[in-house]
Amino acid sequence: MNFDDTPQEAAFRETARKWVEANAPKELEAELSKSSLGRIRLAQHDIVDVGKAWQKKKAEGGWACLHWPREYGGRGATPIERVIWQQEEGVYGKLTQPFQIGEGMCGPTVMAFGSEDAKRRYLPKLAAGEEIWCQLFSEPSAGSDVAGLRTRAEKKGDNWVVNGQKIWTSGAHYSDYGLLIARTDPNVPKHKGLTMFFLDMKSPGVEVRPIRQANGMQEFNEVYFTDVVIPDSQRLGAVGEGWSVSLTTLMNERMSIGSRLATGVPEMFEFCSNLMLEDGLAIDDPAVRSKLASWAAKSSGLKYTSYRTISALSKGERPGPENSIGKLVSGMMLQDIATYAMDLQGAAGVLTGSDEETVQGQFQQMLLSSPSMRIAGGTDEILRNIIAERVLGLPGDIRVDKDVPYNKIPTKGR
Amino acid sequence: MNFDFSDDQKQLRDQARKFLTEKCSPKAVRVVLDGKAPYDKELWKGLAEMGFLGVAIPEEFGGAGAGHLELCVIAEEMGRANAPVPFSSTVYLAAEALLIAGSDAQKKKWLPAIASGEAIGTLALFEGKGNPSPKNVKLMAANGVLNGVKKPVADGAIADFAVVAARNGSSGRDSDISLFLVDLRAGGVEVKSLSNLDPTRGQAEITFRDCKAEPLGATGEGWSILTQVLDRAAVLCAFEQVGGSDRALEMGRDYALDRIAFGRQIGSFQAVKHMLADMYVSATLARSNSYYGAWALSTNAAELPEAAAAARISATQAFQHCAKNNIQVHGGMGFTWEFDCHMYYRRANAMALVLGSLSYWEDQLIDRMRKKNAA
Repeated sequence: MNFDDTPQEAAFRETARKWVEANAPKELEAELSKSSLGRIRLAQHDIVDVGKAWQKKKAEGGWACLHWPREYGGRGATPIERVIWQQEEGVYGKLTQPFQIGEGMCGPTVMAFGSEDAKRRYLPKLAAGEEIWCQLFSEPSAGSDVAGLRTRAEKKGDNWVVNGQKIWTSGAHYSDYGLLIARTDPNVPKHKGLTMFFLDMKSPGVEVRPIRQANGMQEFNEVYFTDVVIPDSQRLGAVGEGWSVSLTTLMNERMSIGSRLATGVPEMFEFCSNLMLEDGLAIDDPAVRSKLASWAAKSSGLKYTSYRTISALSKGERPGPENSIGKLVSGMMLQDIATYAMDLQGAAGVLTGSDEETVQGQFQQMLLSSPSMRIAGGTDEILRNIIAERVLGLPGDIRVDKDVPYNKIPTKGR
Repeated sequence: MNFDFSDDQKQLRDQARKFLTEKCSPKAVRVVLDGKAPYDKELWKGLAEMGFLGVAIPEEFGGAGAGHLELCVIAEEMGRANAPVPFSSTVYLAAEALLIAGSDAQKKKWLPAIASGEAIGTLALFEGKGNPSPKNVKLMAANGVLNGVKKPVADGAIADFAVVAARNGSSGRDSDISLFLVDLRAGGVEVKSLSNLDPTRGQAEITFRDCKAEPLGATGEGWSILTQVLDRAAVLCAFEQVGGSDRALEMGRDYALDRIAFGRQIGSFQAVKHMLADMYVSATLARSNSYYGAWALSTNAAELPEAAAAARISATQAFQHCAKNNIQVHGGMGFTWEFDCHMYYRRANAMALVLGSLSYWEDQLIDRMRKKNAA
């Protein structure tokens, strides 16, 4: 048992470290280090602009999507090399935020199901950050039950004509391409009538509308499709096979969302170390210590769980199921920590301004944003189902709509 | 990075599991649970023959000279099997105290006897209510004899010797405390069994009356040695707790697959599935924290105090969580004496206290994290 690199890994790390040292945008380091929770905001720059510049530089140096094959814009790196790269990229990894959906979900799906032409045309540009991709899966009536989606694609000659609505699409407003799952046959059970496509987000009939979220921000969108034409050459997988194609995407989604998780523990520890209560520092209060210690132990548990996964990768093994707990634990913890930090602020905890008393309002912001952590990329409940069924081997739910043709499933208006 | 046990260590774990499955069935545990024996003597003998008791004891002192990682994998299996033997008192506490602070003669006298199963040892620290603290040590040491009462002492009624924390001054500093080694068979002590939450591991009261004792480690170093012993034991106990958590989770899962209600397996209800999924989460966090503790223990790293506290907290919470919800999944049957659920529930809640309670270790973790942040 050790935390040491193998000689090859150490050499790889050295190369990566030197490259980051020579090429990273140092002027952003301080600002990136500070913004550890939620979406990255930079005072002077648009994250998409600086992100594109960093991604392009990485692509030129051979560090973009490095686990992808060279012919598609990667460097053919092993999974452990990818982890080492992420460690060395450090805070600058936060600049990849606009590309994560493309890298983590759309790219792998195109890689698995696209034609050779499509792979050579789209993947290198995706890797280099020249073209941004978004994922068009969720719908107003199909969230956890995404297979119940309604957006229709109808075959007209060599094309498909799409009508419907998607929701919760991150980055749709700055994306060039989208990965779309649509219903191509409503007369068969819901999982069997779906097909996967990708499309140009500038196509006529695509309308992107930002959603104003509960935390007041606008990070997600609704996307409307009105008679949008998609050539059949942009279909991924066979007609009617969309569900199994989507499983590739979703599996990658959970892996990528789980990789850089904020727990709120370092912030909370610092906060309690400095907060003066009536009887002294918060961190000297037994009740505070008890909660803080439990959170710290959970957070270190997550950290060393990911180390176990990395070790498996390092040995060329398939990681076990243990990493599936990451988002479930950290999402709830963020919310609990935010609530407690505000409790410690007393009545002033209600204030959301950026003054001294509320520590720049960071916990208030955490409180308002944390519900999305427990929903996006699989709700806590869906994640528990996954652990129960895939890890513990418990039976799946009894599905009343399983063998019913989609257009016969009872619904609240369609 | 290789944050995992080696193939040899995993093989040792399999070997321990196979041995314990055979020799330490729930039926065997129940003999002790029902008070028909103070501990499982046959099993203890078998553990010695397998080399498990001395796995981390150097060869020159009669052990296998393997190491702490090997001891961790065995500890996990001991917890999984709910073994009714004085393993933790003897191996994690007494033997570790000797390894840290014992003179050559003391090690020669006791360590081979531990490895061969001839001697049972324990740590006599607590004196009634309260967590580990120099303030709570009242038993007096003067002129080579001890006077005072220790309770609870884990496995005290069956122990051959004890490491005893005693007071030799009243300056209010840690240096008031020293450790002593007492041969409990040599007289000067009165031992009384106490009823306790987990009858598969006894608790006792030991009264020392002008009891002859030899120092273990330097005078005034007692608290510093004890802190190290407790940290090591915290990691090793965490592995027992991880083993127990996994077993309780498995029992719950198996029952959820087997039991039919409302015309279906109860494991198909989300309320039950989610309960089991949460148990898996706790057990996984505990395992990962314990691995980190194992690494720190085996390399004697500066991170050990923090790693041990995190492992202790995480494993205590996981075992309590899994043992409690295992009963819940079983419903009424889980509350019968006949089903084994309560044995893990008892063990989980007793283990949560034996090295100092959860709140004590939470306190320790925060202190240690602050120390690190300040450094």
